[in-house]
Amino acid sequence: MDHRQQRLLADARRLVRGLHELAGEEAPAGILPAILGELGLADRYFPLDSPIGPLLVAYNEHGVAAVGRGEDTAAFTEGYARRFGRPLRPTPAPPAALGHAIARRLAGERAEIRFDLRGLSEFERATLLKAIEIPRGEVRPYAWLAREIGRPGAVRAVGSALGRNPVPLLIPCHRIVRSDGLIGDYVFGNAAKRAALAAEGLVPDEIETRARAGVRFHASDTTRIYCFPTCRNARRITAPHLITFASDRAAQAAGYRPCKVCRPAIAS
Amino acid sequence: MARDPLPGALATDLDGAFEGVVVAHGGRLYGFALRLCGDRRDAEEIAQDTFIRAYRALGGYDPARIRELALRPWLYQIALNVARNRARKRRPATIPLDANGAGAGGLSESPLADDAAQRPEATIERAEMGAILARLVADLPQRYRAAVILRHIERLTYPEIAAALDQPLGTVKANVHRGVRLLRAAWHDQQLHERETDGSSTATPAR
Ligand SMILES: [Zn+2]
Repeated sequence: MDHRQQRLLADARRLVRGLHELAGEEAPAGILPAILGELGLADRYFPLDSPIGPLLVAYNEHGVAAVGRGEDTAAFTEGYARRFGRPLRPTPAPPAALGHAIARRLAGERAEIRFDLRGLSEFERATLLKAIEIPRGEVRPYAWLAREIGRPGAVRAVGSALGRNPVPLLIPCHRIVRSDGLIGDYVFGNAAKRAALAAEGLVPDEIETRARAGVRFHASDTTRIYCFPTCRNARRITAPHLITFASDRAAQAAGYRPCKVCRPAIAS
Repeated sequence: MARDPLPGALATDLDGAFEGVVVAHGGRLYGFALRLCGDRRDAEEIAQDTFIRAYRALGGYDPARIRELALRPWLYQIALNVARNRARKRRPATIPLDANGAGAGGLSESPLADDAAQRPEATIERAEMGAILARLVADLPQRYRAAVILRHIERLTYPEIAAALDQPLGTVKANVHRGVRLLRAAWHDQQLHERETDGSSTATPAR
C-alpha cells in the first residue's frame, strides 16, 4: 500500500467515524405530546380530594376536560370515551402546573386553569364561561346567567347547559341557583351542591330560608343600591341599614338602583 | 438480544402501548429524518407524521401481524415514504441547508459560530466535521442517502435495511458502497475547497 492509498483509507475511516457520530439525536420535547394529541391518545385522569369528596379529573393538551365523582374509575373512563370519543388513561398525578392551579382554585385563590370545551356547543360554552365569572362564595339565579350571555329567554337551556358541565366544581356551576332562590339541581346532586357552597363559606339552609320568605334582594338604605344577597357588597350592609326586596321592580319603585357588581336587574 | 416487548403490547392494547413506541423510537426517527432532509423543522414534522401513520396502519393490522413486526425498520420505511412524499411536493432547490439545520451531530442546537469560541480545538473540529458531513449526507442523491444513513448513522444490518427500503440485499449493499464513495469524493472536494479559501495552501496536496 503506498502513501496515497494509506491516506485514502485513513480518510475513509475518518468519514465513517464521523457518520457514526451523527447518530444519537434527541427528539424535540414537543414531539410526544403533539403526536398523542393528534391521535387522541393524550387524555389522562388523576384522583383529586375535594370539599365534595373524592373526584376524578381528566385533562389533555387543551386543558381540563372532565371532572367525575367518586372512585369508580371504570364508569368514569367509559363515560368519557362515550362522550368525547377518546380513550382515557390513568396518571398518578397531574403535571405540576395544573396540580398547583387546581389546588389554588379549590383553596379560593385565583389561578388560571385551561379547559378543553371543544365538545360543547357555542351556547354551552358561553354559559360555562359566564359561570366561571361568579365569585367564590356567591350565587346567581339561572335567569341572571341567561340575561348576562344575551339570551334572556333561554333560562331553561342555561339549566341544561349547566347540567352538562363536563368539569363541575372547577367550572362552578354549583354557584347558579334556581330563579326562586332555592339551591336546586346539580350534576352531582343537590347534596353535593350544598357541600360545594358550604365549602365556600355559604350557608345553604340560610339561602333557602331567605328564598322561601320571598326575599330576592338585599339593599342598603344609605347607598340605595340593591344586590343579590350573596354579593360581596350586600354582605357588608349592617343590620340597621338592611332593606329586603321581593323583586327588582319593587326595589326600583322604591327608588333603589341595581348594584354594578352583581347586576341584579331583570333577574327575578 | 432480547425480543422487543413493544409489538406484543401493541397487539393487545394499541392505544395503551403506542406512547411507548414514540418514547422508544422518537429520537432515532427524528435523527433519521434530520439526516434525510437536513432541516430540524422538517425533521420534526416528518417524525410526527411517521408516528401518526404508523398508529393508523397498526389500527388496520391484525394482532398476529403486529406481534411479528420489526418496529425499527418498519418505522424507518414509513419515515422514508413520508419524506419522499414531502420532497415530491416541493422543488429540491428549496430544501434549506443552513448550518443550524444541517446539525452538528447532536453537539449543539445553536449556530456553530456562537459556540466555537468556547470549545477546545478538537471539539470545534469535530462539531464542524459533523455539520459538514450532515450537509453532505443531506445532499446525496436520495437513492444512496437513505442507504448510507441507515447503514452508517443508524447502524442497521443489511437485512434490516433491505426490509426498510424494500430492496434486494445486493442493491442495498451496492447503494451503501456507492453512497459512501460519493460522500468521500464530496468530502475530499470540501477539504480542498476549504484549504483554498483558508489561503493556507493551494499547492500542497495534503498535510
Ligand atoms: Zn351587588
